Amino acid sequence: MARITELDVNGSREKIDVDAERTLLSVLRDDLDLTGAKYGCGEARCGACVVLMDGRPVPACVTSAGSAAGAKITTVEGLEQDGQLHPLQEAFLEVGAMQCGYCTPGMIMAGVALLRDNPDPDEAEIVRTLEGNLCRCGAYPRIVAAVRRAAGMLRGGGAA
Amino acid sequence: MPKTKKVKSTITENGETREVEIEVPDVEVSWGKREDRKNVGSRMTRVDGADKVTGRAKYTYDIDLPGMLWGRILRSPHAKARITAIDLEPAKRMPGVKAAMTLKEAGATVRFAGDEVAAIAAVSPEVAEDAVRAIRVTYEPLPFVVKEDAARAPDAPRVLGNDRPNVEPGRARSEGDVNKAFAEAAAVVEAEYRAQARLHACLETHGHVVARQEDGGIKVWASTQAVHGTADEFAAIAGIPKDKVEVVCQHMGGGFGAKFGPGAEGRAAYELAKLAGAPVKLMLQRREESEAAGNAPSAIMKVKIAGAKDGTITGIEASGYGTGGIGGAGVPFPYIYKTGSQKVTQETVRTNIGPSNSMRAPGHPQASFLMESAVDELAYKLGLDPLELRMKNDPSALRQAEYKIGAERIGWKQHWNPTPGKGQGAKVRGVGVASATWGGGGGGGTQVDVKISRDGGVWVGVGTQDLGTGVRTFIAAIVADEFGLPREAVRPEVGSSKLGNSGGSGGSTTTPSVAPGVKMAAIQAKFDFLQALAKATNEPPDKVELLPGGVVTNGTKQLSWKEACKRLPVAGVSSRGTWVPELQQSGVGGVQFAHAEVDMETGRVRVLKIVCVQDCGIPMNKLTLESQMNGGMIQGLGFALTEDRIVDAQTGRLVNWNLDEYKLPGPWEMPVFEPIVYEYPEAKGVSGVAEPVVIPTASAIANAVYNACGARVRSLPLIPKHVLEAMGRVPGRESA
Ligand code: FES
Ligand code: FES
Repeated sequence: MARITELDVNGSREKIDVDAERTLLSVLRDDLDLTGAKYGCGEARCGACVVLMDGRPVPACVTSAGSAAGAKITTVEGLEQDGQLHPLQEAFLEVGAMQCGYCTPGMIMAGVALLRDNPDPDEAEIVRTLEGNLCRCGAYPRIVAAVRRAAGMLRGGGAA
Repeated sequence: MPKTKKVKSTITENGETREVEIEVPDVEVSWGKREDRKNVGSRMTRVDGADKVTGRAKYTYDIDLPGMLWGRILRSPHAKARITAIDLEPAKRMPGVKAAMTLKEAGATVRFAGDEVAAIAAVSPEVAEDAVRAIRVTYEPLPFVVKEDAARAPDAPRVLGNDRPNVEPGRARSEGDVNKAFAEAAAVVEAEYRAQARLHACLETHGHVVARQEDGGIKVWASTQAVHGTADEFAAIAGIPKDKVEVVCQHMGGGFGAKFGPGAEGRAAYELAKLAGAPVKLMLQRREESEAAGNAPSAIMKVKIAGAKDGTITGIEASGYGTGGIGGAGVPFPYIYKTGSQKVTQETVRTNIGPSNSMRAPGHPQASFLMESAVDELAYKLGLDPLELRMKNDPSALRQAEYKIGAERIGWKQHWNPTPGKGQGAKVRGVGVASATWGGGGGGGTQVDVKISRDGGVWVGVGTQDLGTGVRTFIAAIVADEFGLPREAVRPEVGSSKLGNSGGSGGSTTTPSVAPGVKMAAIQAKFDFLQALAKATNEPPDKVELLPGGVVTNGTKQLSWKEACKRLPVAGVSSRGTWVPELQQSGVGGVQFAHAEVDMETGRVRVLKIVCVQDCGIPMNKLTLESQMNGGMIQGLGFALTEDRIVDAQTGRLVNWNLDEYKLPGPWEMPVFEPIVYEYPEAKGVSGVAEPVVIPTASAIANAVYNACGARVRSLPLIPKHVLEAMGRVPGRESA
């Protein structure tokens, strides 16, 4: 069986030795101890496991390690830069866009990808983008508000 | 010397709670005036928020230990069957399999699809999965029944065994003469209402990591709502004293009532760890979570309700049933309103489905739908405004005030249609209202420790758990306010059974159980701190005082907090506080209003706005409180519009076990939410409100749908099929 020996995760080349068929989610969590991405359903239905592959959001639970090899992978652990939270992380904190927080990493990664493509998404676009991300605690109104707020921070350089 | 006094409290030791008298500093025990509370009651971001947004927060699913194995459970594919043989050998022979065990023996009967049969521990989840498939089980399938109506038939297959009927009587109530009430009524409404069964659908599934310790004890990471209760149960399972067990839950991904004890999966994890001699992580996969880890029962009820001309409810007669699978069912009924006379009977109907579990206000959202629909129908039949009829029959003074606020916020006067269904166009709109009731008080036994160290750090520890409601944050706030320190100076620790006792997080009891204990611990710690400082500096104790901002006056000198702490004994100051009833209260109300739109062509319901007016005594943290209120409304919205657990009658299997097929509300379905915290000056204590805020949402929406389109939808969820049936546009139960 094909093996994968290296993954580019959060800007560093990680040496691994895993079956190419294994899910990216399992490799990130169980081999690299990056447990930010969560297991919710295992079948691309909840968004708890979303990470970025070359800037695109993908559900890591149905992405094979093989298909992730060679791509730049970003997980929620990789968003903080020089001790500075990403504006969307900051916004989640400030508006209180979470309860249990289990959906939070996936929500943030999906939101970060959106903000990269569109620095000023309106509410409808945010909702459309996050449609695949579930929050059983019902933090949606604030999650949407956090994305709006982060967009303002990114554009204006400060909290709107 | 500051005096002390004795007050009554309760403590829990070795699982037993008893009343005791405790000695506390002789100061007024109260939450003080609103303006004196700097942190408590304000809008605070959560102290563990940074951990959650960076992925640092460790949930049970995230725990990884050296040499840890992965557990998996083999479950029955049959709704009912006798196991004729189980052969573990093929699994045991697979490389990487370290333990295999049966959870049922040959000859035993499985009673629902998803029932536990055997378990495996292996070096990776993939090997464990393959090994579970390799186990050979032969079943003799038996007749089963999964629909509550079918299960009530006299010749239905017996769910629990031949000696137990499927139908068991439940709560019954009788008061006054209902027949007289019906005979004399100005209007009588008689109808059957149906509320569907639901899944908890916690995003983090149930599960544990069990590690045996060198001293013969065990350490368990559990996705649980009760670290202490779970430790008690694991101690019993392992046959060791509780002090040899530590249960840890730092963060957990949702419980909603379904996560208390270890359950079958926790027991299996323990046994596998023992068998393999290695730590075992056993987290449920989504399908087993949905099939076996709990659900909220259905409720079906025939209701006959009578009213006088002025809107007074004079009598109610109801007979209902519901199924919680092989578990129980039942609702509190009649609900909320004074009814004059009443006669209520209920039945639990067993079906071959996984057992029900308490789910956020167990039975109340269902009861609310049954009752509020009937009350609403009665109002229209009497030609009265349903809001006025409610206010006439609602005994709660709190809700009387809340109705007025809510009606204003939803625009009842502008939006309420006196003649439902008379609207023009393809889309019609209307408003509805419904109410909640809950205890909301706390339970005794919470013990909180505070340690002040010489570097000025203040640590607070209590063996409760933070389900995401923000327990850590209000703990820090209470202690910070007592000492006049910034919140960041206080380090709260929860989520371990090694910390002081506290109850499970169920029944909205956490805040009213924990907050009073924390307050008492803070009062005690302040007292002990000043005593210790006086002693260390040879000052008379009455000369030592703590001023706002953490400034200590020591006789004539002023010291900063840090300087004062440096003078403490090497061990610092350790204090303990115990829950007292005066700082909490029970008996919360709550009302909700909905504004909804119905598409007359398609039967689609869209909710435009929901207003929730909820009292909670003295609020701890408005930011997290309002979030919890939103969350309640959103779960209520799911109950109203989309959620419905469907078990196939032919195969006996849960059809929509995954998170898209069991349709949870997503960002797309969100209306405008208006959470309003109703504060009133007489409030003296803290109440919990996780549960009341989920109760009336679906009822308010259903009533708004009627007010919009003039068709009474008597079955939840309010999917187009049910709406069109109610309109008489397609045949079905509603139009029959
Ligand atoms: S775990 Fe990947 S989408 Fe649910
Ligand atoms: S915060 Fe709990 S699932 Fe979103």
